Amino acid sequence: MCRMCTTPAAAPAAFAGPDYPATPNASLLQALIAEQSAAHWISPAALAPLAARHGATRAQAAGVVSFYEFLTDSHPARYRLLFSDDAVDRQHGSAALLEQLCRLLWIEPDHTSEDGLVHVARTSSLGFADLAPTLSINGRSMVRVDAERITAIATLISQQTPLDTWPATWFADARPLTSVQARQRSLADDWHWSEALHTSAALAPAQILEHVTAAGLRGHGGAGFPTGHKWTFAQQAALRTGLATVVVANADEGEPGTFKDRVLLTEFPERLFTGMAVAARATGARRGFLYLRGEYVWLQAALSAALVTVQAHPDWPAAFSVAIHLGAGAYVCGEESALIESLEGHRGIPRNRPPYPAESGYQGHPTTVNNVETLVNAAWLMAHSVEHFRRLGTADSPGTLVLSVAGDCAHPGVYELEYGVTVAHVLAACGATNPLAVQISGPSGTLVERSSFTRRLCFADLPCNGAFTIFDHRRDIFEIVRGYSHFFARESCGFCTPCRVGTRLLARSLDKIAAGHGTRHEIQELRQLESSLRTAAHCGLGQSAGRALTVALKQFWPAFERRLKSHAFEPAFDLDGALARARQMTGRDDAGAHLSQDES
Amino acid sequence: MNPPSATFWLDAQAIPFTPGQTVLQAALAAGASLPHLCFHPEFAPHGSCRVCVVRVGKQITAACTLPAEADMPVESAIPEIQALRQTVVQMLFAEGNHFCPSCEKSGACELQNLARELGVLTAGFRHFFPDRPVDASHPDVWLDSNRCILCELCVRASAEVDKKSVFAIAGRGLGKHLAINSASGRLGDSALQVTDRAAHICPVGALLPKRIGFVTPIGARPFDHPEDAR
Repeated sequence: MCRMCTTPAAAPAAFAGPDYPATPNASLLQALIAEQSAAHWISPAALAPLAARHGATRAQAAGVVSFYEFLTDSHPARYRLLFSDDAVDRQHGSAALLEQLCRLLWIEPDHTSEDGLVHVARTSSLGFADLAPTLSINGRSMVRVDAERITAIATLISQQTPLDTWPATWFADARPLTSVQARQRSLADDWHWSEALHTSAALAPAQILEHVTAAGLRGHGGAGFPTGHKWTFAQQAALRTGLATVVVANADEGEPGTFKDRVLLTEFPERLFTGMAVAARATGARRGFLYLRGEYVWLQAALSAALVTVQAHPDWPAAFSVAIHLGAGAYVCGEESALIESLEGHRGIPRNRPPYPAESGYQGHPTTVNNVETLVNAAWLMAHSVEHFRRLGTADSPGTLVLSVAGDCAHPGVYELEYGVTVAHVLAACGATNPLAVQISGPSGTLVERSSFTRRLCFADLPCNGAFTIFDHRRDIFEIVRGYSHFFARESCGFCTPCRVGTRLLARSLDKIAAGHGTRHEIQELRQLESSLRTAAHCGLGQSAGRALTVALKQFWPAFERRLKSHAFEPAFDLDGALARARQMTGRDDAGAHLSQDES
Repeated sequence: MNPPSATFWLDAQAIPFTPGQTVLQAALAAGASLPHLCFHPEFAPHGSCRVCVVRVGKQITAACTLPAEADMPVESAIPEIQALRQTVVQMLFAEGNHFCPSCEKSGACELQNLARELGVLTAGFRHFFPDRPVDASHPDVWLDSNRCILCELCVRASAEVDKKSVFAIAGRGLGKHLAINSASGRLGDSALQVTDRAAHICPVGALLPKRIGFVTPIGARPFDHPEDAR
């Protein structure tokens, strides 16, 4: 068993049982993560035996390593620093902090220092938009970093001080950092997970399914699929095939701008495991996984402890055991079928459908993948009535949603509000003065500008996966959208042509406009790319990669227009710039050593 | 369940299918024309190239992975879908380094033929001009990654038919590339033999058997006379 799969000792070994054919490389990824953590890299000497042990070829294992951002097969570094690089981090000066650190350490970003001491890079999001700017060192997150802290970090690294002896209070794992601003149910203190576990233990699977379905609970990951239906499909598939279901909690909270799952996992991990037990009882599962994003590895110890507590409760379903599996830096693994691929130890490539995971998921078993908040809601439902659940929210979106509010506001943090609240209500609650626009659901979601602040957060109007990122009049929407385009290009899994190539083309066109070479041609190209991505991409990542851009082009056109040249087309290369090196070498700077672009 | 005699509509053509067949499988079996690239009848549909996109009602989806259903109206030869396919093919040309005039596969290349069929005359987008290696280490097989379109047919053939898994996929996003299973990472040190299915399945000129270049002269290649082909 690999070191990072934290199967508690008390858990029954259902995994290897006949219902769960243990494919040979089921935990290749977990083994690679363990090796990376121990040795700071996956050396060629370590790779071959690891691959062999898990039934993979060397090239397949190398393919897994190269897929995940936090795994590396070259240039080990004893201190690996990642700066969170989402829109909110940038608002809070993350770029300047990264530059400062690199200057102090005499290194360049994305390059390991010659002595193998330190590596500094950017990562898409560490999940702390409420406490930005953030960085992580060897997987441990540090929030609200400032210039003073950067200086101190540079000194400690230069002196090669072991990370364990750095001030503990610097790290997020040392103290609960949750910034909760409003609590209703998921985050309220007026119920205990053991009540929910107790109630569910007395119910038949059909009763649980009926209760969850009648309540109208919908998935909190963004798509809003009715949870009761998903569980029923899985249960029926299990009855049809004779294969036990697998229950998965999706804690791969990768959407930049969301952090609500981090807060739920920090404050109420027992509620999540209770929700998984409820799902297991309802569908007939013997195996459960909590898929924890690699960025949250610092939460792992506390989660494992909570799991032991809940599993030891007499009302825990006896045949059901849960393992915590780690991600390793891949946004696409939040997509449920990519997540299942990752659980099986592979590259996180979204699968073709049909079949849907509820029919055939983890190792071919009917699999339910639910968001953390959905499972916490399911636990709440076991301790409360359907009528009580429907007392808040709207007819088609009953209950509450937990918002991750960040960006330009006085009180960023987590707000649990009822479905149907207006954007304006949230803005008032968090003290946002003069907001220009709100990005709902992160980069893959939609940009909402001032005239739409009356819209309601619910599935009938404005669906939201929790991310609520505020930009005020100081922000440049063009730059925000350009940042998003780089995010998608970086996180594209590369499986399908439109996303692999199209996301990079999109980023490159926006870069060209940013550099002052943009024309109407680029705008036309942006529209063509957006439409190709939306209609032809294999999964939600590519399909939504141009969503915010489309709104921005319509609602914030001046931000684009003022950057455009008047020509119909402008080449991306800079003729005069191409001569800069020659001028430097010859020491010339006279008129004859320059070329004018307009002559071309 | 659908009776075996059920049909769906590919534009105005009725296509018979058996349950379990996808739209592309049934269309090709019926001899209908539906552009595709990463699909090969010997292997399970892959769904990665997105050339076979079609419209069904409000949805645009890949025909190769779409289960056929009775009376389903599938729109393929419509301007919107043809434009989308052109864009996808242009993306592939912009992504790699495809120099048809100097490529031995010219005239027998699926990508080149597809571009011709779709009327794609230029890459449309700025080329990426990636720096990709040529691996000539194998005595009998060339690997020119510049021409690779990442259809994964060689990966699948090597794993499923040859049972060797000589090829794998590495990297992510635009950095995705073909990887060779050998300690050196070179084809010459792998288990590949020229008689393997994987050595002959490449739809483009990335994997080519050595020493038979121009055995089939230009003018006598499969796609040289489009009026006869397909």
